[in-house]
Amino acid sequence: MSSSVLYDTPGPKARVRNRVYTVVGSAAVLALIVFAVYRLNVKGQLEPEVWNIFNNAGVRADIRDGLLSTLKVFAIAGLLSLVLGLLLAVARLSDHKPVSLAATWFIELFRAIPLLITIYALWVVFLSYRDSLGPIGDNTAFWALVIGLSVYNGCVQAEVLRAGINAVPRGQVEAAYALGLRKSQVMTMLLLPQAVRSMLPTVISQLVVTLKDTSLGYIILYPELLFEAREMANNIIVNGENPITPVVIVVGAIYVTLCLALASLASWIERRGSRTKTGIAVAATTGPEPSDMIPAQPAGEGPAVEAAGVKKSDLP
Amino acid sequence: MNVLLDHLPEFREGFIGTILLTLASGLLAMLLGVIIAGFRVSPVPPLRYFGTAWVTLFRNTPLTLLFLVAWFVVPVIFMPGLSPWTKALLALGCYTSAFVCEAVRSGINTVPLGQAEAARSLGMSFFQTLRLIVLPQATRTVLPPLSSIFIALTKNSAIAGAFSATELFGVQKLLSDQGFAIAWIFLWVALGYLIITFTISGMFRLLERRMGVAR
Repeated sequence: MSSSVLYDTPGPKARVRNRVYTVVGSAAVLALIVFAVYRLNVKGQLEPEVWNIFNNAGVRADIRDGLLSTLKVFAIAGLLSLVLGLLLAVARLSDHKPVSLAATWFIELFRAIPLLITIYALWVVFLSYRDSLGPIGDNTAFWALVIGLSVYNGCVQAEVLRAGINAVPRGQVEAAYALGLRKSQVMTMLLLPQAVRSMLPTVISQLVVTLKDTSLGYIILYPELLFEAREMANNIIVNGENPITPVVIVVGAIYVTLCLALASLASWIERRGSRTKTGIAVAATTGPEPSDMIPAQPAGEGPAVEAAGVKKSDLP
Repeated sequence: MNVLLDHLPEFREGFIGTILLTLASGLLAMLLGVIIAGFRVSPVPPLRYFGTAWVTLFRNTPLTLLFLVAWFVVPVIFMPGLSPWTKALLALGCYTSAFVCEAVRSGINTVPLGQAEAARSLGMSFFQTLRLIVLPQATRTVLPPLSSIFIALTKNSAIAGAFSATELFGVQKLLSDQGFAIAWIFLWVALGYLIITFTISGMFRLLERRMGVAR
C-alpha cells in the first residue's frame, strides 16, 4: 500500500506503529461485528426457524415475483430513458432555438424535482383519470413508476450524452462538414457514436441508479421486490413476530448483487475503453452516483455543436 | 394558486422540515464520510476493509430499503423508540456518507504525490503536511462533487416524507389526499425544492470562487 499521497514508505518505527493500529483496528471492527451478531441473537433473529422461512416455496415464489417485476420495470424504464436521453440531448443541441430551449427547460425541471414526487404525481393523475387511459389505467402504479423513472433518468442521460458530444474534438465536425456531410449526418454518424462510446461507463452507472430507484415503487404500492418482501414478512409470523429483519437482509443482498454486477460491467467497459486508442477519452466510472451526478461538464453552451453551423470567423 | 395561499402553514412547515432534515443529514454524512474516507486511505488494513465494505454496501443499496431498515430493523435490533425524524436522519446520513467518502477520497488522490513529498522533505510532520498541503488542495477538487451530492440529498429527503416525517413531500401527500389540484401542488412543491437546490449550488459556487486557486 502506501501509494497514497498521505504516507511515506514506512520505516521501522512506523511499521511497528502500523502493526499496533492493525491489531487495535481489527479488534474494533471485530467488536462491532460481534456486537451486531449478539444483538441479532438476543432478539431471536438467528433462530433456525426464522431463517427456515426461505425454504418455503411460497416465500421463494414471492421473492422471485418481486424480483421479476423489479427487473421488468428496470428493463422498460432503462430502455425508455436511453431513448429519451438521446432525443433530449440532440434536441438540446439543436440549432433551432425553440427546440433547444424547450429541451433545456424540460431537462432542468425534471432533474430538479425529486423523482419520488414525479412518480407520485403521475400515480395520482393516473388514478384519477384511470377510466379514460386505456391500457395505462389497468396498471397505474406500474406506468407511473416506469414513466417517472424514464423521464428523470432520461434527463440525466441526456446531460451525460451532451457532455460526451461536447467532448468530441471540434476538428472532426469541421472535417465532416468539409466533406459535405449534412447536419443530421454529422450528428448520427460522427457525434452520437463517439459520445455513446466514450460515455458508456457513465451511462451504465446511471442505469444502476435507475435500478436502485425502482424501489420507489414501494411507496406507490407497486409490487416490486421491496414491496413484495414487506408484504410477505407481514403475512408470516415466526416465534411471535414478523421476520422483517431476515427478509430485509436477503432482499438487500439481492439488490447489492444486482447493482454490483451492473457496476462491474461499467468498470470493465471503462478498462477496455482505456486500452484502445481513439480521439476522446472514455469517462471514468465512479460507481453508481447519488441520484444525479453528472460528469464534469464543459462549461458554456456546447462548443462542439456550435460548430454545426461553421462560422467563417472560426476558421483560420 | 389558492392551494398555496390557503395552506401556507403546511407548506412552510414542510419547507422548513426539508431544510432541517437536509442540513442535519448533510452534517452527519459529512462527518461519517470524512471518517470513512480516512479509514479508506489509512495504512491499517482492517480499517481499509471496513471502509470499503461500508461504501460498497451503502452505495449499492436502494435508499428506500435503507429507510425500511431504519424503520423496522434498527428499532428491533439496536435502539427502540427512535423518532421518525431521527430514523430518516440515520438512513439519509449513512446513505449519503458513502458518496461523500468517495468524493473526499478521490479529492485526496488528485493531489500530486510530489506535493506531499516536497512537504515531507521540508521537514513537515504528517499533520502539517495534511493541514497545510494536502487538505487545502483536496478541498478544492472535492467541492463540485460535494455540491451534487448535497443536491441529491435534498431530493432524496422526499422519501422521508413518504415514511411520515414532516417534509415538503409529506405536504403534497397530505394535500392531495384532501383532493387538491395535483398540478398546482406539484409545481409549488417543485418550486420549494428548486429554491433549496439553487441555494446549495449557489453557495458552493461561492465557495469554489473563494478557494479557486489554479493548480
